[in-house]
Amino acid sequence: MSLIKVQNLSLSYHGHPVFEKLNFEVNRDDFLCVVGPNGCGKTTLLKCLLGLIKPTTGKIIFADNLDANEIGYMAQRHHIDANFPASVYEIVSSGALGQTKLFQAYPRQRIQDALKALKISNLAKEKFGHLSGGQQQKVLLARAIVATKELLILDEPSNNLDYRSKRDFYRILRELNRDFAIIMVTHDLDHHNLVGNRILSLDHDNPFFGTTAEYVRRVHAH
Amino acid sequence: MLISIFEMLQYDFIQRAFIAGLIISICAALIGSSLVLRRQSMIGDGLSHVAFGTVAIAIAFGWAPLEFSIVAVIIAAFFILCLNDNSKVNGDAAIAILSASALALGTFIVSIRGVNIDLNAYLFGSVLAISMHDLIASIILGAAIITTFIILRRQIFAITFDETFAKSIGVKVNLYQSILAILCAFTVVIGMKMLGALLISSLIIFPCLSAMQLSKNFRQNLIFSVTISIICFIFGLTASYIFAAPAGASIVLVNLCVFLLCFIYNKLR
Repeated sequence: MSLIKVQNLSLSYHGHPVFEKLNFEVNRDDFLCVVGPNGCGKTTLLKCLLGLIKPTTGKIIFADNLDANEIGYMAQRHHIDANFPASVYEIVSSGALGQTKLFQAYPRQRIQDALKALKISNLAKEKFGHLSGGQQQKVLLARAIVATKELLILDEPSNNLDYRSKRDFYRILRELNRDFAIIMVTHDLDHHNLVGNRILSLDHDNPFFGTTAEYVRRVHAH
Repeated sequence: MLISIFEMLQYDFIQRAFIAGLIISICAALIGSSLVLRRQSMIGDGLSHVAFGTVAIAIAFGWAPLEFSIVAVIIAAFFILCLNDNSKVNGDAAIAILSASALALGTFIVSIRGVNIDLNAYLFGSVLAISMHDLIASIILGAAIITTFIILRRQIFAITFDETFAKSIGVKVNLYQSILAILCAFTVVIGMKMLGALLISSLIIFPCLSAMQLSKNFRQNLIFSVTISIICFIFGLTASYIFAAPAGASIVLVNLCVFLLCFIYNKLR
């Protein structure tokens, strides 16, 4: 059974359709890239999946063991004041808040594991604002990992990263894909650096849902 | 300085002001941390004007000023929260309009009804004005705020650092924001009597700003904010006793000096 099944999902904003009748599904080992031009509703779709926005019509069906609040979300890079007093450990552990009861301690082992998986254990006590862009993205990804057991939803995580950090980041994502399904919005679709096994295109002129290989074949055919 | 502290603490009214002020300093520092870090400092300022306007209205009609003002300020706080959620409205402008309107309405009603109570005490604050009633109110408020920040520290961090993410993992962001808004309203109204409507917002903003220059994490920031706020209060109150100056102004000036020191230290290291 699939982890998420989306049926006939449509969303309008102020009477204008953002996307219409979307159908796709995500399996446990999938790495789905969501692509399309600016303003086609990629971020909006992610927010629908997370339950932050209500779709106009259609259904999002979650697998029985997946709770909408147990998805690891990483939003588009937002500007955080370099002076904001937050340590890496505080940020990563806040990922566990949704699953932690009021007087329950945070799951320390899970947090340590996430830090280790992204090789940022040595930064745990550092101030977030003092880190480099690549390091900050890793911290936010670690927080997303702590928040979920099954599914990561990432919104243009490699934006603003230089070439090397980007390559490094994608390598980590491929490793994480062994344990998590991933849905990622991206603009990086150069053919040398394709990540993911499936692609969902929200381009109104060129809608697509299928495997990455099929997508590449289609792009070449055009 | 120490001798001055002991000397001034011999007076009953200063003892009351001292305890109430200490508690209000702690409350303001904690509430301020959540406001400043969410970039909502102006809410504290807006609410203080609403507090003054509504106190003036209550006095003009012979109602209990604190009680009436607290209810009105809570409503105003929720109103501002709703505006912030609504991206169509310019939040900053809305706060300015709300605070100016409340202030204007208060002043207008007071002048046409001719009140003989001195409203200056509410505008600039007065140590002499702290009654037993105010002291008890501040003790209850202090207990409520400190308990909230101990129990909900992780929630407060999450909604302060990244509201969208908190929502995505099912944290009840609106509930915690409402709790903070109510506590902020109480802090502003109770603190206004001592510091004055014009200065209470600086007691909310300064300690956090100073602490931010020094702290590496959120927990440290809360502890530093509270410590700085307490120290500034003690020095400020003592200075006001020595120089026979208004307590509110003295406390704010000490806060300003501490902020400048922290700021320079941060730049130099």
